[in-house]
Amino acid sequence: MSFFSYAWDWITTSANWHGSGSIPSQLLAHLGYSALPLLIAALIGIPAGVAIGHRGGKAANIVINIANAWRAIPTLGFLILLAVFLGFSALTWLLPLVVLAIPPILINAGAGVAEVDPDVKDAAAGVGMTTWQQIIRVEVPIALPLILLGLRTSAIFVVATATIAAYIGLGGLGRFIIDGLASDQYGPVAGGALLVVILAVLVLVFFAILSRLVVPAGLREQAKTE
Amino acid sequence: MMWSWIPQNGSLIWTLTLANAKLGVLAAVFGLIISLPLGILAARWRWFSAPVLTVVTVAYAIPSLALFIALIPAFGLTDTTVIIALTVFSLCVILPNVIAGLQGVPAPVKQAATAMGYGPVRRLLTVELPLAVPVIIAGLRIAVVAGISLASIGQLIGVSSLGYLFIDGLQRSFPTEIWVGLVLIIVLALVCDLILVSIRWALTPWARS
Repeated sequence: MSFFSYAWDWITTSANWHGSGSIPSQLLAHLGYSALPLLIAALIGIPAGVAIGHRGGKAANIVINIANAWRAIPTLGFLILLAVFLGFSALTWLLPLVVLAIPPILINAGAGVAEVDPDVKDAAAGVGMTTWQQIIRVEVPIALPLILLGLRTSAIFVVATATIAAYIGLGGLGRFIIDGLASDQYGPVAGGALLVVILAVLVLVFFAILSRLVVPAGLREQAKTE
Repeated sequence: MMWSWIPQNGSLIWTLTLANAKLGVLAAVFGLIISLPLGILAARWRWFSAPVLTVVTVAYAIPSLALFIALIPAFGLTDTTVIIALTVFSLCVILPNVIAGLQGVPAPVKQAATAMGYGPVRRLLTVELPLAVPVIIAGLRIAVVAGISLASIGQLIGVSSLGYLFIDGLQRSFPTEIWVGLVLIIVLALVCDLILVSIRWALTPWARS
């Protein structure tokens, strides 16, 4: 039997849709465990990135170099290390997810703002905008496509890492995978994996729709003509 | 930290480090080998590059653990499963850079090569690809660094890597072992990164200033 037939058999078994630890409840839990760290990371990463991008210069370079080091941190090890020191608490899973979600958001926001055409900034200053107005009304809207890209990268990352966090006791779709592996049942393992993939693709779709809604019309027009 | 644990388990640590390096590096190499021809075609034909980039974006979103699991029926709990999944990941990171690197070669440079009598193949191999090296290596760096780190997740399906030190360390509540795994993965990734930066330096003599 293939991966899909195992996954499909398990997902379509009605018993898996009812009660505690059912597919709907773990799916909702997974969304919550992903949304919260993403929100916190965005609240820290976007302002910090915009500030760094606005100032430009050496700071921006240093931040980009840190980005590569960020990818080297093994999430499983980070989660397990905290679990050994703190036991299982909200901090154990929330802290690594937030810390690891910040870099893509921060770097993309920084790059987006740093790459705003200096002529456009001059024009904004020329029509009498204060620094704050320039940032909020010109630089951030122009940087929005990259800011959204950073958020999307982090969102995908958080969905995947929340799955792994099931190994240290977090709920969500990862429970099906980790518990299934522990009890040698491939059905829930395959089903859980397929649901995680579907969730990740839905995140992509969500961001595609979001960028259509919030990216200024002028920028979309420019992207078409380039 | 119990420092004495490290020399006592030197050979285990060394074996796991090599296994981890093998998974991450092979995946990045395979990713590059597949990305080059696909990227060359996509850079040439615009109708091909749009669907390729869409597929890559979606594939990139698939969590590694899910991909490991999907490959188990076909390849079992083996290195092959992890290497194929990580190859898919590295392909997603390298391919867009191959396309961007080739498309970023300035038109006057290509025209000059053609004017000097270069055929399409010679122009590609001796002008366009060398000029695209920095961008391609930038993608390769991400693939290797992330691949080495992601390889440790393969331990969840029992494929040996430095991830073993995490799992074993958790079961024994032994932080030293987890620290060793964490630090070695980061060091291994940074060493590979450094090697790639050196390769870029060697391949792009015109950029050394």
